[in-house]
Amino acid sequence: MANPDAVGTRGAPFRMDVERGKIREFARATRSTNPGYLDAEQPVVPPTFLTTTFFWQSGEADPWPAVELDQRRGLHAEQEYTFFGPPPRAGTRLTCQSRISEIYTKQGRRGGELTFAVMITEFRDETGRLVAQGRLTGVETARPPAAESRAGEVTA
Amino acid sequence: MSVPATPAPWTVGPVTRTDFVRYQGASGDMNPIHHDEEFARAAGFPTPFSVGMWQAGLLGTYATDWLGAENVRGFRVRFLEQVWPGDTLTCHGDVLREYEQDGERRVDVELTCRRQTGGTAVTVWSTFVVPDAAQSEQEATHVA
Repeated sequence: MANPDAVGTRGAPFRMDVERGKIREFARATRSTNPGYLDAEQPVVPPTFLTTTFFWQSGEADPWPAVELDQRRGLHAEQEYTFFGPPPRAGTRLTCQSRISEIYTKQGRRGGELTFAVMITEFRDETGRLVAQGRLTGVETARPPAAESRAGEVTA
Repeated sequence: MSVPATPAPWTVGPVTRTDFVRYQGASGDMNPIHHDEEFARAAGFPTPFSVGMWQAGLLGTYATDWLGAENVRGFRVRFLEQVWPGDTLTCHGDVLREYEQDGERRVDVELTCRRQTGGTAVTVWSTFVVPDAAQSEQEATHVA
């Protein structure tokens, strides 16, 4: 069961360097041949690239464990990225910080209560300007979802 | 300035474990349920299944080829059905609305990634700045 007291928990700020080679690797893994990613000297990041915080955010920078979602019943329900201008470019050093913004429950369509938890991550450039925001929604179902109908993947 | 024509649907697949693990390496999400047969079976699944964010990334590729890498301003992903090795995926987009915001032309689009069964794996609602004529010509040339 999720811990409602986790709302407001903040991770420590962490750094993320946006790198050209990493953008190329990510673009190719998502089957992009767009020269905007592959040929540009300072490409912008693809729409879902900021998920690569996996390489930069750990330990005290990651407030998600405070939610205490049951991993066996936990799913990635939604993921949103918002860009306040063109996406950040290779060569940018981002300062990032995550916080647990919401935990709420809803009645599931097939019965049982669903618990949702939301983590917001802010991405700021070297001048402190907010350039992007990530919003992860995880859900804990009342029982383990059936293999064929299971949505998304288990969240980290 | 106007929104470039919606591109033809883009078919990807049959998808493979190599696609999944390549994306896992690129993204940093190494959850074994997406590549380890024994782990997946022990968790009650017939095989490993794809990372939802990979399908979301395919829709990102489709959308940025259409509307421009620099122009994306919002990308909201909802995960629905799982994707399995051997699935064939089709990415498709629709314009929802065009409008002005902060002195810019913007377009909201809905993107879907469907399995060969007709089931929707991922839906995305995305916002782009409408590319100027020169840029959309360059992108169109690229797609062609």
